[in-house]
Amino acid sequence: MHSILKTSCAAVAALGMAASAVFADGHQLSGDLKITSDMSNPAPRAVMEGLVAGFQEMHPELNIELTVVDREAWKTQIRNALGANPPDVVNWYAANRMGPYVEAGLFEDISDMYADGDLPGLDAVQGALTLDGKQYGVPYTYYQWGVYYREDIFNELGLSEPVTFDEEIANCQVIVDSGRACYAIGTKFLWTAGGWFDYMNMRTNGFDFHMQLARGEVEWTDPRVRETFANWRKLIDMGGFIADHQSYSWQEALNFMIDGEATSYLMGNFAVAAMREAGLTDAQIDFYQFPLIGDYPQGEDAPTDTFHIPSGAENKDNARAFLQYVTSANVQTEINSGDALGQLPINAESGVDADEFLEQGFAMLSTNAQGGVAQFFDRDFPAEMASVGMEGLQEFMVFPDNLDDILARLEEARQRIYQ
Amino acid sequence: MSTVTPTSRSWYKRNEIALTPWLFLLPAMLFFAVYVIIPIGQSFWISFHQWDGLGEKTYIGTANYERLLGIGEQNIDRKFETSFWNNLKWLALYLLAVPAGLFIALFLNQTVRGIRLYKSLFFFPFVISQVVVGLVFSWFYLPREGLLNAILGVFGAGPVNILGDPTLATYGIIAAGLWPQTAYCMILYLTGLNAVDPEQVEAARLDGAKGYKMLWYIILPQLKPATFIAFVVTIIGALRSFDLISVMTNGGPFGSTRVLSFYMFEESLSEFGFRMGYGSAIAVVLFFIMLGFIGYFLYSMWRDEKGAR
Repeated sequence: MHSILKTSCAAVAALGMAASAVFADGHQLSGDLKITSDMSNPAPRAVMEGLVAGFQEMHPELNIELTVVDREAWKTQIRNALGANPPDVVNWYAANRMGPYVEAGLFEDISDMYADGDLPGLDAVQGALTLDGKQYGVPYTYYQWGVYYREDIFNELGLSEPVTFDEEIANCQVIVDSGRACYAIGTKFLWTAGGWFDYMNMRTNGFDFHMQLARGEVEWTDPRVRETFANWRKLIDMGGFIADHQSYSWQEALNFMIDGEATSYLMGNFAVAAMREAGLTDAQIDFYQFPLIGDYPQGEDAPTDTFHIPSGAENKDNARAFLQYVTSANVQTEINSGDALGQLPINAESGVDADEFLEQGFAMLSTNAQGGVAQFFDRDFPAEMASVGMEGLQEFMVFPDNLDDILARLEEARQRIYQ
Repeated sequence: MSTVTPTSRSWYKRNEIALTPWLFLLPAMLFFAVYVIIPIGQSFWISFHQWDGLGEKTYIGTANYERLLGIGEQNIDRKFETSFWNNLKWLALYLLAVPAGLFIALFLNQTVRGIRLYKSLFFFPFVISQVVVGLVFSWFYLPREGLLNAILGVFGAGPVNILGDPTLATYGIIAAGLWPQTAYCMILYLTGLNAVDPEQVEAARLDGAKGYKMLWYIILPQLKPATFIAFVVTIIGALRSFDLISVMTNGGPFGSTRVLSFYMFEESLSEFGFRMGYGSAIAVVLFFIMLGFIGYFLYSMWRDEKGAR
């Protein structure tokens, strides 16, 4: 509790300073600003409260009302919240995940803010907020995906970070021979399998192909998709994944890595906090980019969290000023630092905190993700396709022999969903 | 209507006998209509549409049902098929709670020191929430650390991952559900046994009935009301088996433990759902299945009452 309080106080103070520097010449806002946020976990909540406090300090006349909703509950509550009497600013996710609200006209089109230069430093990330050539929100944080591994076990076995898939398989063989599993994974809630598919497919067939598949332009029974699964199967057949992963959540599966029964974990950067909390030191964990398979520029998963203005909002000008504030370079540096969100800032002019994993992730995404940046399986694919798909992926990981049946089922779903 | 004269009684006074029952019924009827009857109608209406809950509804006729049941050129919805069969498994196996409850009730229906304590211990699982029961059982079934595998290990049997195996998972959840349901049936039978006429038992004993014959011809007929209630609550419990599935497997692995109510929730209200039309179509099918059972019970209740007169 103490550290949370400290964090939030630090964030408030820092944001206040950052804000006064950026908006020293800005005019004062007045009236109301209603914000509904899903940043309900302790650290994000402190950040959100810090953001409000910083913005309040800039605009003392403004009456800001912050409501924090449980993150999981918000995934279904947002539908009601956007309906009658919506707040002025809400949290959500980028890419296809915002599609239903954009189509229903519930998110405000803020393309003019990007066009007028109100949001400097966001050119690189605006693609994730673009649907049909228009932008509907701003990002505020994102994080890399990749392979987090037990450095001490790799050293013990004399392994180094693999660059190609052959090296990955050779490494894995050594690990399996030492009586461990290569990869921890918990697929009870399905989405973790989506991460594996994203990487296997982006590496086997390239980022563009992966996106075509997400848009429903390629059949699931296509030989290129089968090749992805064939590569994946190599790891499954050699015993690379922990047994019974369909019974664990990702947190439960983390124990295998902490106990040293599995050596690596394909995950988002948020797993680092959980590993540190469980007692692994930074000397014991390290990170590498998912290895190359085909000759394609690497695409990476880097899910982005966002702010939007509901189109029914009453104080849109205040809301726009808030979005501008959240995405400004200094604020971005502060809220994504290691003692706040511990993720990557979305503004190109922001600094990245001195953290082993954030630095590696930032370097990877800025120099070594030439293929493109994807959001994640369940955000790039339409909701129904994602849920049918992830179920199939889980089944494939347990019963690889069912592949034909799974692909036929996914193809049937594709034909129905993308009409 | 009638001519109002100062001397004649008011309209309400004249019709008081006929009206009063309806006045008393009115609040219940109003709530029943608003919360039950009208939503049922709305579900039927929505099931003929394609609707994401946000935008405009598009009328698509019976297309949702055709997809659900595989009418025309498409295959039957496999998720629906799995859910339907799982529902039947639940119905059949859940009824084991009735004889099991009877057995425990007979066993506990004796006067020894501390019997109240034993009774409450047996009744305990029904008191705790279904969510807790689900959690306890999912730990019990854990593939490596779970108590079940520890016990199996003592007998040299290999480890099993019940909730991770699509052929076993549903049975695993039903077993978890039987634990509180058996307790429920037990308490119904215990109260029923209190009402058994001791004179009849005495008479039967004089005629030489004992053991199985005593149970079948003397005790069970007198327990008929308890049996009836036990069947009703068990069948309804089986059809609304939602929380255990949600807690223990979340419908998985790969959807093998879904039942209709869970599938309906997934399609319409879960994170990747919001296909309200399709969800409503599932709800309508589930409605008719339940209506069949409840109709049968209402009929048999009516028949019994008529016979008793």
